[in-house]
Amino acid sequence: MKKDLKKYWKRNLTYLLSLLAVWFMVSYGAGIIFKDALGGLGFWFAQQGSIYVFVVLIFVYVFLMNRLDKEYDVNEE
Amino acid sequence: MDLQIWTFLMVGLTFALYIGIAIWSRASSTKEFYVAGGGVSPLANGMATAADWMSAASFISMAGLISFMGYDGAVYLMGWTGGYVLLALLLAPYLRKFGEFTVPDFIGARYAGTDKNAKINWARLVAVVCALFVSFTYVVGQMKGVGVAFSRFLEVDFNVGVMIGIAIVFFYAVLGGMKGITYTQVAQYCVLIFAYLVPAIFISLEITGNPIPQFGFLGDFKGEGVSLLEKLNQLNTDLGFNEYTAGTKSKVDVFFITAALMLGTAGLPHVIVRFFTVPKVSDARLSAGYALIFIAILYTTAPAVAAFARANMIDTVMGEDGQGVAYATAPDWIKNWETAGLIKYEDLNGDGKIQYYNDKSEAGQAVAIANGWKGNEFVPDQDIMVLANPEIAKLPNWVIALVVAGGLAAALSTAAGLLLVISTSISHDLLKKTFMPDISDKKELLYARIAAGVAVVGAGIAGMNPPGFVAQVVAFAFGLAASSFFPAILLGIFDKRTNRQGAVAGMVVGIIFTATYIIYFKIANPELNVPANWWFGISPEGIGTLGMIFNMVITLVVSRLTPPPSEEIQQIVEDIRVPRGAKEASSH
Repeated sequence: MKKDLKKYWKRNLTYLLSLLAVWFMVSYGAGIIFKDALGGLGFWFAQQGSIYVFVVLIFVYVFLMNRLDKEYDVNEE
Repeated sequence: MDLQIWTFLMVGLTFALYIGIAIWSRASSTKEFYVAGGGVSPLANGMATAADWMSAASFISMAGLISFMGYDGAVYLMGWTGGYVLLALLLAPYLRKFGEFTVPDFIGARYAGTDKNAKINWARLVAVVCALFVSFTYVVGQMKGVGVAFSRFLEVDFNVGVMIGIAIVFFYAVLGGMKGITYTQVAQYCVLIFAYLVPAIFISLEITGNPIPQFGFLGDFKGEGVSLLEKLNQLNTDLGFNEYTAGTKSKVDVFFITAALMLGTAGLPHVIVRFFTVPKVSDARLSAGYALIFIAILYTTAPAVAAFARANMIDTVMGEDGQGVAYATAPDWIKNWETAGLIKYEDLNGDGKIQYYNDKSEAGQAVAIANGWKGNEFVPDQDIMVLANPEIAKLPNWVIALVVAGGLAAALSTAAGLLLVISTSISHDLLKKTFMPDISDKKELLYARIAAGVAVVGAGIAGMNPPGFVAQVVAFAFGLAASSFFPAILLGIFDKRTNRQGAVAGMVVGIIFTATYIIYFKIANPELNVPANWWFGISPEGIGTLGMIFNMVITLVVSRLTPPPSEEIQQIVEDIRVPRGAKEASSH
């Protein structure tokens, strides 16, 4: 049981880090650091695109975690 | 029908609705007062969070700011939405599992001292002081927003406007607590989003022919065959401004401001506490997702509104020949807002026309010499762009009245959420948990109501003499939240080794550093507030990010130099990391 929870936590951290990497790339990456290289697309990411991606990221996390909670039998009834 | 009558009607109807809801859903226990009984559905909570979140700054000031800042406005757009990703992934579900009432509750329990008989829990106390400071700075901005909206449209004195705002918030925050506030906020969200979208759709149609502002933003300008953004770049550079899509801030500063706003969002107590109101841990994650959808509807419309407003304003003010419109025949909105003191016009070259350009840049000065202009004659306050936009676009009076009601809904919903945090901090964290542990639930509820009442009045008085314009005041609250709460909560969940000494040292250093920097540049020496003097080119608006980094480093280092937290506390951390077994929020 204890060992299982360690695995559960590790999987959670993997999800977190992958999703946050995307979060960073669309906002700070495309919208700020590489904005000039991307031209009009960089401006669009800074003022529109990153926000759409943020929404998608949260729902992906909700989906992944609900599945993970069930898999490790720690979900709520 | 007259604009005045429409405004009274819209504002009156929406206020009656809020008061009705407040009476229907008044709180009868501390649990209802603090966390709405813990039974709010994730969808309703998402909507309430969005209304709580979107303040007078989002509704009234943001599009105006973006309109003048161009690309740089992205700091607000990304900064005030990206924090929800952090909240949903890193904080909300764990804090919900922990299951108490407030952020200081969590900090107090996670960083409790080893001495069981100690009277004062220092970690909790530092957290309470931070919460009060952040919430109070923030609520002052809301009160100013209320004053601006009332003074222009109901033609009452600014201070009278603020007082009307105080009376309304007092009524439903004091009576209803979190329960009343939550359901009023759901109604307020509907009002404010409708009020934001209707004029945006009208104007988008008028300028780009596309009814969806998000698409119109990328469309062509009035069928001229050039895109709206290219047209704006052209208009801006012709008048000596930077290109609209380029902005003027340095990359470093844009990066740091965006980060400070994101981290601040995730650390704001009035936002976090909303996730204590849902029944389950999985609901907390889902609810953050809903909240961001509701917020994104406004936040993706705002940059479009900003671009439309900019194109419309330059077009109207400079006239068809680009030489400035004659003041005598200028549209009514210019004169109306001039009377309200939010537009300044001075005919510097005595030609009877209005010239708007950037007289600080070389390009602008060259244009001025070529045309015989003697300096910029037109100074609009950023705050009015959203409020004036429907007038500039000549929309019907009912639309303008609707915008006023929307602006008030945004300001009031946020003010109420903040006041609740202030009153909870005092009655629950200070009195019940620190100085008067034996008081009954009924007494505590009474103190909560008194504290809310005092806080409303205090905020109103401060709102009558606020420093800077609305969005800027709010930006400070973010820097402070980012540099105090965010690391303490994050490490409290993700790093078991973080202990009381580390967290307290980190919070104290973070908030003192950030506050000192902001006060030094914004209040003590405003004349020194230029990029050349800033540390690493970071403006006071972005310094919270550096404060957050200092806080984090100090917390990690001090924690490792001092004894680890007790078994009991490590157990709490283990426990909040898994969803099963979440209790209803309670005071234990």
